[in-house]
Amino acid sequence: MEALDLARWQFGITTVYHFLFVPLTIGLSLLVAVMQTFSVFAKDPDRKDAWTRMTKFFGSLLVLNFAIGIATGIVQEFQFGLNWSEYARYVGDVFGAPLALEGLIAFFLESVFLGLWIFGWNKLPEKIHLLTIWAVALGTTCSAYFIVAANSFMQHPVGATLNPETGRAELDSLWAVLTNVTTLAAFPHVIAGAWLVAAAFVTGIASWHMVKHHRAADDVGRDTGEGSRQHELARGLYRPTVRFGVLAMVLAAIALVVSGDQQAQIMFKQQPMKMASAEALCETETGASFSILTVGGPDAFAQDCSSITHLIEVPYVTSFLATHTFDATLQGVDELNAQAQEEFGSTVTDIHGNQVTAEYRPNLFVTYWSFRLMMGLAAFSGVVALWALWATRKGRTTGSRAFQWFTVLAIPMPFFANSAGWVFTEMGRQPWVVHPNPDDPTVRLMTLQGVSSHPAGWVVASLIAFTLVYGVLAVVWFLLIRRTALQGAPLPHRDPDTGQLDTPVLSFDY
Amino acid sequence: MDPLLAPTGLQIAWFALIALLFGVYFVLEGFDFGVQMNVGTLARDDHERHTLLSTIHPVWDGNQVWIITGAAAIFAAFPEWYATLFSGFYPVLLLLLFSLIVRVVAFTYRDARPGDAWRRAWDGIHVATGFLPPFLWGIVLGDVVAGVEIDQNRWVVTSAAGLLQPFALLAGVVLVLLFWLHGSHYLTLKLQGDLRERARRRARLLMLPALLGGAALLLWYQLAYSHQSWTWAPLLAAALALVGTLLAQRGRREGLTLVGTGVAILAAAATLFGGLFPYVMPSTGLEGTGLTVAGSSSTPHTLTIMLVVTCILVPVILVYQSWAYWVFRHRLNEDGSTRATVKPLAARLAEGHRRAFEAE
Ligand code: HDD
Ligand code: HEM
Ligand code: HEM
Repeated sequence: MEALDLARWQFGITTVYHFLFVPLTIGLSLLVAVMQTFSVFAKDPDRKDAWTRMTKFFGSLLVLNFAIGIATGIVQEFQFGLNWSEYARYVGDVFGAPLALEGLIAFFLESVFLGLWIFGWNKLPEKIHLLTIWAVALGTTCSAYFIVAANSFMQHPVGATLNPETGRAELDSLWAVLTNVTTLAAFPHVIAGAWLVAAAFVTGIASWHMVKHHRAADDVGRDTGEGSRQHELARGLYRPTVRFGVLAMVLAAIALVVSGDQQAQIMFKQQPMKMASAEALCETETGASFSILTVGGPDAFAQDCSSITHLIEVPYVTSFLATHTFDATLQGVDELNAQAQEEFGSTVTDIHGNQVTAEYRPNLFVTYWSFRLMMGLAAFSGVVALWALWATRKGRTTGSRAFQWFTVLAIPMPFFANSAGWVFTEMGRQPWVVHPNPDDPTVRLMTLQGVSSHPAGWVVASLIAFTLVYGVLAVVWFLLIRRTALQGAPLPHRDPDTGQLDTPVLSFDY
Repeated sequence: MDPLLAPTGLQIAWFALIALLFGVYFVLEGFDFGVQMNVGTLARDDHERHTLLSTIHPVWDGNQVWIITGAAAIFAAFPEWYATLFSGFYPVLLLLLFSLIVRVVAFTYRDARPGDAWRRAWDGIHVATGFLPPFLWGIVLGDVVAGVEIDQNRWVVTSAAGLLQPFALLAGVVLVLLFWLHGSHYLTLKLQGDLRERARRRARLLMLPALLGGAALLLWYQLAYSHQSWTWAPLLAAALALVGTLLAQRGRREGLTLVGTGVAILAAAATLFGGLFPYVMPSTGLEGTGLTVAGSSSTPHTLTIMLVVTCILVPVILVYQSWAYWVFRHRLNEDGSTRATVKPLAARLAEGHRRAFEAE
């Protein structure tokens, strides 16, 4: 493999890895902030106590997750220079600005206030302390905004022109970069995706404990002292959290579909090639069908259209997705590729000054399946939401093992959906690292022109090292999250003399 | 004069700002590194190690963001510098990144579950990642200011072994010593009892090596590499600050010792960055291949916008970060908590009120 492919693998691995944890941080910081708000403003002491426990329970999971997000985030900040130095030179005038803004506005906010939140329990006044977690939630959301703005510039460059003298992109308007239509469409979708991750996480863990306590109560009999205590845990502590998680899931899902639909429309205009590959649409078609299952011969991996068979199709749907009309004409991959070769040349100069042939189509197999995976995996959350609503209707709890296991199984699905979505977005724009804007295609850069000039050996070494370190961290992360999640919320304890609830302190000491 | 050696005011402002971001990072994260270095030898048992780490736990992440923002600021203001530096120092920076990664998770994961072996392993990582990053930052900084070989494409062609030039190695050692001293001063200010005594002795032990090492590094730099003569001024300031620190140590003025090492670190950064000017990365190769402040920056438009935004945001950040330090200003008890001694502001006010009006 060449240094270019290795660098791409490295970027893909480290970034997908970072974005495995980041959505949970973004979503969970908000949900924890909402839980703490419930607890601060609750009138009923039992409910106040229950929400305080939940805040601390999910708060400690948030903190565990935050660490790994920060650790992998540092790598991201340096990556564009390490392996993509020529890209950095080309876009730095434009692209560095949102990154710097992210640091100044988002990272300071979330890191300083996270410290205040963790160690400020019982030290800051209650309402000020509540504000600190809201500041964290705000910071994580802002960070997504700025990074999506930076990424959207690569998908659809605006607010910049090419300086023919230096051959670099130069900023005309930061405002235009920050209000890129692509950003405005992608940001809600990314945030909604993050909420879905966190909502499924909360629902899954709370459901697990609800079922556990429900069964424990049934085992000893609800009329015994221990039984009624267990039942109370299932009903009073975990059931409201399950319902809360489901509500968040439903809201996130609605936002995802609406914003995803927006993105599809924009993508059709800005990157028709990505749309065509997503549908494995090789020939230009009017009233294009949506393919549910397409198989390719062995050549499909080689980005070839020649051996593709559409097995199951729904007529007109793709045209509708792209334009909201049934009979739109969509260009196929072959035609688009021919057009691009005409417009951008059939050869390009790489970083060492060599002429190489240019193909303007992304990997068909990956784009096609990652798009379907993204949408398909959401089905798990849908089933969980309906099932949980049914199981907890009218004050009920459930002892169903099937429900217990299914909600837990559904926890990772939105994580994978997010990864699939990004793999689709990023690989679908290949071979461009800065995809030309159809209205003004002068600002553009191919991936092979953006890479650093390292010998392959260096990149292999770092790729292996990253994979190993990240692999070990993933295992540690998983074991700690599992352990903490299984422990459950700190248990309520009523003082036998006074009958007062004592709300436990968070286990972090300062 | 060569226009590449005559930057505009805007470019100079950005260069200074980046020097400042690095300086603040070294001062703040410097004591965090120093505290971690002390975990290995100052603390005697698990509990004491926990106590040492607790002194920095609430604040280290906010300190680290100064360098994340610093790197992003280089990208935004001097893309060529960012590209050449980060691709050119590949092996050193990768090692630095790996140590920063495990360091970050060590803070949270150490206490996330019980277990002697578990904690001891993370403590080992704390010590290693206390020493490594300052050493590697020293190498990076040393190589930048002393220069490496850069070719016509603005690619660094110095080999990995070439990055370990003696000046850079010395810079690494000096940063380790300075931060170790700085962190020990921080500990004397945050602890009580026996641990505090031990931190004080540690600081005394480190004082002379840090002073001599720092002086050797800066003199070598000023005589061999610096492009400016005015950097004698910050050099002297650094020396005076360290001598002042020595005196403050004798007089047991703990607050002053921390300020002393902080000022010395800032002044040393000013000397190194100041002497770099008008270059950002001088080249030991062909004439004219060095990267200059004037020749590697973004356009005036980008520089102006980002300067305005930064000048608005940095003071805001300083306000809330200082507030965080204020909230956590108390010494830790010997049992590692502050609980008994600290009450929320409102409670303290109420107590004061009671004492004032209801005492009799
Ligand atoms: C939980 C995660 C999740 C789920 C269930 C969905 N998405 Fe998504 N999608 C993402 C998570 C995501 C993402 C990871 O957040 C992406 C990657 C880049 C981006 O902006 O969002 C994305 C990208 C993305 C794009 C590509 C935009 C581009 O490349 O320019 C389109 C067209 C859609 N989505 C459309 C949809 C539709 C119509 C969905 C309907 C069910 C959907 N997504 C569900
Ligand atoms: C967090 C979600 C993201 C994920 C999971 C992701 C994933 C990927 C993947 C898988 C590739 C490899 C594409 C290929 O090899 O064909 C890639 C490429 C790239 N992405 Fe992203 N990306 C994300 C966000 C971003 C953002 C926010 C930026 C910019 C700020 C960005 C910048 C790049 C660059 C510069 C490349 C170049 C390498 C290449 O094209 O191969 N990515 N990304
Ligand atoms: C859509 C893509 C991305 C989003 C939404 C995102 C968001 C976040 C969030 C919320 C954090 C907070 C810490 C945590 O995760 O627990 C974080 C950490 C970080 N991210 Fe990303 N990120 C993305 C991709 C990137 C990329 C491409 C970069 C590189 C420029 C980057 C740089 C960083 C850095 C430097 C940190 C550490 C900040 C700290 O110390 O607090 N992120 N990111």
